[in-house]
Amino acid sequence: MEFKDYYKIMGVERNATQDEIKRAYRKLARKYHPDVSKEPDAEARFKEVGEAYEVLKDPEKRAAYDQLGANWKAGADFNPPPDWDAGFEFGGGGFTAGEAGDYSDFFESLFGRGFGGVHTGGGRRRGFHARGEDHHARVLIDLEDAFNGATRSITLRHPELDSSGHVVTRERTLNVKIPKGVKEGQRIRLAGQGAPGIGDGPAGDLYLEIGFNPHPLYRVEGRDLYLDLPVAPWEAALGATVKTPTPGGPVDLKIPAGTRSGQKLRLKGRGIPGKPPGDIYVIPQIVLPPANTDNARALYEKMKRELAFNPRAKLGV
Amino acid sequence: MPTKILTGVLIDEQSLISLGELCRACSRHAEWVIELVEEGVLEPSGPSPDQWRFPASALKRALTAARLQRDLGINLAGVALALDLLDEIETLRARLRGAGR
Repeated sequence: MEFKDYYKIMGVERNATQDEIKRAYRKLARKYHPDVSKEPDAEARFKEVGEAYEVLKDPEKRAAYDQLGANWKAGADFNPPPDWDAGFEFGGGGFTAGEAGDYSDFFESLFGRGFGGVHTGGGRRRGFHARGEDHHARVLIDLEDAFNGATRSITLRHPELDSSGHVVTRERTLNVKIPKGVKEGQRIRLAGQGAPGIGDGPAGDLYLEIGFNPHPLYRVEGRDLYLDLPVAPWEAALGATVKTPTPGGPVDLKIPAGTRSGQKLRLKGRGIPGKPPGDIYVIPQIVLPPANTDNARALYEKMKRELAFNPRAKLGV
Repeated sequence: MPTKILTGVLIDEQSLISLGELCRACSRHAEWVIELVEEGVLEPSGPSPDQWRFPASALKRALTAARLQRDLGINLAGVALALDLLDEIETLRARLRGAGR
C-alpha cells in the first residue's frame, strides 16, 4: 500500500491552519470538480483531494495522521504501525462527502471503512414505508451499439451493509437493451432497479447515463460523427470519388477538385439514427506519398520545376 | 448469470419529467427543485408545481446542481451562475470545434 501525503495533495504546509486547509480544499475542489473540469484525470484528482480533506479538516484524524511522522514520502510502501491510533478518539461524525469505496486503501487502513459515511437505502429519515432511492450509473457503450441497438450486460458495484454491519461491495450484472439512436449523455431509466424500498415501499429506479467508448475512426458529437479521411494530393487537387467507411458500411464520397485539408464534407443523415438522424462530417487529410523511390523523387522534382508554387506566399516571404 | 433482458425508458429530447420524478432522481425535496426553478436554473412548462413538466435536459442540470452544491458548498444562486457559465463554455467549445476542423 502506498503512503499518501495529504498535505502535499492539498498543497499546504504541515503546520497549515484549519482555515488555510479549507481554503486550499475549496480551490482544488472547484478546479477538479468533474462537472467543471475537462482534465482527463479530474475525477481521480477530485477524489484524492476529497480524501485528503476528510482527514485534514478533522482535528482528531489530522492529529492521528500527523503522528505517523513527517518522514514518509508519497508513494512509499506503507503499512500502519500496530496500535498506531491508540489513544486517539474518533467522534466518527462530520463526514459530508464521499461514499463507501471512494477512499483509497491507505485511508481505509488508517480510518477503517466504517468511517466512510455510507449512504444506504434511504439517505433521509422517512416513514416505515418509503420508496427506495433512485440510483445513477454511467455506462460506456460502443458507437455501433447506438447505431444498431444492442443488448449489453452491465456490471454495477454498489456498497451495502452486510448482516454484521460491515460495508461490502456488491456486484450485480444487468442485461440491458440499448435503444437504437441513443446519444452521449442521454439516460435510460430502468424502473424498479434502484435501491430497494423500505417496508412496503416500491424500489427506486436506476438511471443509466450513456457514454461512448473512444472509437478508432469516429469522434462523436451528439448524433454527428467526425471522420478524418486520408486523401492523396491528386485526389484533393483534381477531385475524385473515394471509398469512405461509415458505421452503416462503406460509401462512395465525391471529393471536389481543390479540396483542402481540414475542410468538412457532410454525409447527410449517415450519423447516429434518430429524428432527425445525425450527419457524418468527413475531414480530408492530405497525405504525401513518400519520396522513397527514384521514380517518386523524379515526380516531385518535376513538380518543383514546373509548378510555380510558393506555399508561403501569404507570409510575405 | 442473469438471462432476463431489461428494457428501459430512454429519456430523450421528447421526454417530459414531472416534479416528483425529478425529486426522486436527485434524492432531493420538492422545495429544493422549486428553488432551482425560482433561480431560473430549470424552466418547466405548466402553471403550477403539480402540473410542471421538465424537459429531459433538466435532469442532467438538476443532478449537476445537486453535486455542485454538495461538493463545493455553494448556494443556489452560485450554482445557477456556475451552470450558466458551464453552458457558455460548452457553446464556445462547440463553436471552436466547428471552426477548428
